[in-house]
Amino acid sequence: MSLIARDIRLKLGRSQILHGLDLTARAGRLTAIIGPNGSGKTSLLRALTREYLPDSGSITLNGRDIAGLRPEMLATIRAVLPQHTVLSFPFTAAEIIRIGLTAPVDSGRDRLIEAALAKVGLPGYGGRLYQELSGGEQQRVQLARVLVQVWHPVGRGGPCWLFLDEPVSSLDIAHQISVMELAADYARQGGGVVAVMHDLNLTAMFADHVLLMRDGRSLAEGPPAEVLTDHLLSTAYGCRLRVNHTPPDGVWILPQAVGVGIAERV
Amino acid sequence: MAMLEATRVRLAGDRSHIGRRLAALLFLLLIVMSLLSLGHGASGVSATQMLLDWLAGREAAQVDRIIMHSIRLPRLLTGLLVGAALAVSGAMMQGLFRNPLADPGLLGVSAGASLGAISAIVLGGALPPAIAALTGWHLVPIAAFAGSWVAMFTLYGIATRQGRTSVATMLLAGIAMSAMIAALSGLIIYRADDQQLRDLTFWSLGSLAGASWAKIAVAGPVIALALALSPLLARGLNGLALGEAAAAHVGLHVQRVKTAAILITAAATGASVAIAGAIGFVGIVVPHLLRLISGPDHRWLLVNSALLGASTLLAADMVSRTIVAPAELPIGIITALIGGPFFLWVLLSNRRVLDA
Repeated sequence: MSLIARDIRLKLGRSQILHGLDLTARAGRLTAIIGPNGSGKTSLLRALTREYLPDSGSITLNGRDIAGLRPEMLATIRAVLPQHTVLSFPFTAAEIIRIGLTAPVDSGRDRLIEAALAKVGLPGYGGRLYQELSGGEQQRVQLARVLVQVWHPVGRGGPCWLFLDEPVSSLDIAHQISVMELAADYARQGGGVVAVMHDLNLTAMFADHVLLMRDGRSLAEGPPAEVLTDHLLSTAYGCRLRVNHTPPDGVWILPQAVGVGIAERV
Repeated sequence: MAMLEATRVRLAGDRSHIGRRLAALLFLLLIVMSLLSLGHGASGVSATQMLLDWLAGREAAQVDRIIMHSIRLPRLLTGLLVGAALAVSGAMMQGLFRNPLADPGLLGVSAGASLGAISAIVLGGALPPAIAALTGWHLVPIAAFAGSWVAMFTLYGIATRQGRTSVATMLLAGIAMSAMIAALSGLIIYRADDQQLRDLTFWSLGSLAGASWAKIAVAGPVIALALALSPLLARGLNGLALGEAAAAHVGLHVQRVKTAAILITAAATGASVAIAGAIGFVGIVVPHLLRLISGPDHRWLLVNSALLGASTLLAADMVSRTIVAPAELPIGIITALIGGPFFLWVLLSNRRVLDA
């Protein structure tokens, strides 16, 4: 079961944003979309989730054309985490997460909300007002809302999917790792994960499959070891980048060195 | 221990139990307000006394019955319908625009309805007799509804670009539209004769004094239908709070929710302006107070807005009948006197959100 996008072209206003992009993301893998600012990563994600309607091309999810799926049907097989969510009303964290609980749940809706909060490292935060949370906490509450929507990585109709737009951009390093572990875990259990990523180290650590974009085109697609190379990255980002090269002096901190299992400690 | 297990642990942050209790409380309040309103008036007829007499099988005096039936009951019903319609319209518009300051009165939707009503009153006589006979009594409310509908769609169209509704554009467009509508209304009023002018004063400030069974027959079903349909949009409006894209991602038919909210708001506002004129601020004050108590979840917000809105308008009506008795003030003056400062307070406490 896969997400297969072929020849996606998208025009916003007068500018051509995507020039015939292909992407194949399999369930059971974490697929990362990387590339410099303005390369069209978020636009591609929005096209994949039907927030933007592409001018041409086809997108199938679990073998079905998403153009023919009704929103309530689509919502049962995939959930989408936006980059930012601004709320104008004083909802509590629990009330936000409940909005994600649209599909019928087999048991205990309240317990599911609490479980989701615990999963994103915010146990007991249900009663907190969204506006009073920090940016990182707000992002994790949204992640919990997205998780309850497709709680089981594999549902009755096949694998479920998470579409994450820069899920860790406003998080500290410990929470970056725990959220990425959560996403990777979802994929390990059979679900599909497609994430727009900014951090190349986290991409290298957690992605199974990488799409590198530049100027609305695909520069490379494949396993991280094949895509994250000196040549490809330097071309994409427009500066000399060297993989696995340690600087001679100064201070540097790599998420790879933090170690696995941090999620349990946080 | 057994007792602990028996009491279901409530989810932290879930305020629906507050909303539920509040609904019961507001329902009781509404009954009390209704009885007070029925017993309130120039003659000393008491509603409770009449009710007791009726229960005891005693015949009420003829004049008392007439006062009740043709003056106070229609006034009470009009107050209930209009108060509920205004508060629910306010709550729905705020949900639709994702802004606690959206209100049909402030954004020119009521003004649009007034313009429709004014046009119908002043220019209605110029209609061909065949059409006039066909629309008859219904012309004024139909025109008010059409006016509010056009204003609402224009506003939404202007403020929404690429699926995003801009707060600043919405407020400014609402002000510009209100000014244009006021100018148009002024032009039409210029043509009005004395009798029409007296009718028109009623629109500009709002009043329940003109309540009658005939008007209720026209506007009542529209408002009742709008109120009955509004809870169906509760889930949709909750989803819209996350933004239109996220609402679609959780499985909502966003465009359907928006269209339904616009139609219901326009219908309720148009109908209430048609029978009671433009009464401001109820639509802002009532939902805002309720959000402070039980949160913004629309499943209870809409129902409770209807209940508290009706009570509020009955209270304002009683004040308007009391402070300059035996004359009475237009009710719009009372709601503006109380609602204006409240609106400023909401504005100031939301300054950070609005500046962003």
